[in-house]
Amino acid sequence: MTDSAAIIATGLRKSFGAKVVLDDVDIAVPAGTTFALLGPNGAGKTTIVRILSTLIRADAGDAQIAAHDLVRAPHRVRAAIGVTGQFSAVDNLLTGTENLLLMADLHRLGRSVARRRAAELLAKFELTESGDKLVATYSGGMRRRLDLAMTLVGDPAVIFLDEPTTGLDPRSRRTMWQTIRRLVADGVTIFLTTQYLDEADELADRIAVLDQGRVVAVGTADELKRSIPGGHVRLRFGDSESLDAAVRTLGDGVPDRDAHTLDVPGDGTVPVLRALLDRLDTASIEVVELSVHTPDLDDVFFALTGTTKETVR
Amino acid sequence: MTTMAMATRDSTTMIRRDFKHTLRYPGTLVMSLGVPTVLLLLFVGVFGGTLTAGIGGAHGAPYINYLVPGILLMTVGYGASTTALSVNGDMTEGIIARFRVMAITRSAVLTGHVAGALVRTMVSIGLLLGVAFLLGYRPSAGPLAWLGALGLLALVVLALAWLAVAIGLLARTAQGTGPFVLVVQVLPFISSAFVPTGSMSAPVRWFAQHEPFTPIIDTLRGLLLGTPVGTTGIVAVAWSVGLTLAGFLLAMRLFRRDPRP
Repeated sequence: MTDSAAIIATGLRKSFGAKVVLDDVDIAVPAGTTFALLGPNGAGKTTIVRILSTLIRADAGDAQIAAHDLVRAPHRVRAAIGVTGQFSAVDNLLTGTENLLLMADLHRLGRSVARRRAAELLAKFELTESGDKLVATYSGGMRRRLDLAMTLVGDPAVIFLDEPTTGLDPRSRRTMWQTIRRLVADGVTIFLTTQYLDEADELADRIAVLDQGRVVAVGTADELKRSIPGGHVRLRFGDSESLDAAVRTLGDGVPDRDAHTLDVPGDGTVPVLRALLDRLDTASIEVVELSVHTPDLDDVFFALTGTTKETVR
Repeated sequence: MTTMAMATRDSTTMIRRDFKHTLRYPGTLVMSLGVPTVLLLLFVGVFGGTLTAGIGGAHGAPYINYLVPGILLMTVGYGASTTALSVNGDMTEGIIARFRVMAITRSAVLTGHVAGALVRTMVSIGLLLGVAFLLGYRPSAGPLAWLGALGLLALVVLALAWLAVAIGLLARTAQGTGPFVLVVQVLPFISSAFVPTGSMSAPVRWFAQHEPFTPIIDTLRGLLLGTPVGTTGIVAVAWSVGLTLAGFLLAMRLFRRDPRP
């Protein structure tokens, strides 16, 4: 795995004055995968992106991006990455096409290649019609798309996306998700930060939860969900008599009289399910339907960070 | 590509970007030309008669001949204000952050601003000289003196442009460039631009004689009117080179440090 890792960072630390922003952060992202850094505002997500993209220096720690050392070979790192930040870094005084051509010039593409690339990207991001309009007249979603298009001009192997959908309307958000999925399909490695749990769940192969400058959990969405208590098994019965019988038999759970369901605490492992069904079977209670509910990422997030729901939503 | 060739190519790209900005918003050019033109008209048309009589004894020529070098320097100052604002815009709008994480010559964006300022301001100076000629400006400089005058002006443009870049990088907002704009616009008034320093009250005279604009204006005036320049020329060049160096080093230092969180 090590030789195909797109991003490896160990022991990253950063303080601004007396405030510790990052405290011993380790990150490993295999090439061609999507990694999401999930955390509330102020957790240090943007600082990690700024460090890994060579914009600022860490106080301590090592990192390699696309097999190049961040400190010793920043120029090579820059040649391999693309960064789209939280606030679109576009030139408002130029048109969309001119912005893309500016990037092409800086990537030292030839005139005709540059023209073709700009046209392709405008089409890909549904900006062809607005290509000759000044960026100052673009909507927020259009600017974000142009920003990402500019990042793609140089065909980066690793792309950092710092809160790519913050402030976008639901439709633009979906479009951005599709774009990110297409990039991954093309073999690009994505490092994404987000404060939206569903976004991490949708896009990421692996998720790290960042809280107050520390990684408090890493894993796939499923691993994270399984790591905390709070799961339940939902049983549905044919009528309220069966439901009442089940409540009496099990002596546990939260019944819903209208839906004829009973939520019994417990994870969805086979022994637990078997024991549960055996007890109902013995009492001759018929179960119509059974479903296992693992905690969603919201539950994980709150359990890990102790943040209240209001601050993240 | 060698590092040098890469730096040249990146800087050229950035200069082109600066030109596009100017062409797209000719308003900034018009504005930076407008104020010096109005001042030229005002001082020649309104105060010209009195001032010709007042300082005519020293120069024996219409006041406009005395006035033009100071107005040219104000044009340079206004041009520099534009540069400070556009560098600051790049910083606050985040596009510099984008350039910084690209595999390009890092200072190219600054070089682009300075080179753009040089061309833009020299064009302004040309236009302003045109207006001055229409108003009766008759310098007596030979080709060599003209070359010297324009060379000195270009050097001053470089000095103020690099200082403007540094201010643009330093200021957190566009308003933050205000003090710089004020300084480059007020300094000419407390110099030999409009009246000789000899007629000023003692403390003001001391300041006027020791600020950089006075020797620069005096040198320009000497070159354009064909009067002896003497050691003032050396002082003017020393100030210009010194300010260019200070502005350049400060700008580079500010650009190299980690951007603010």
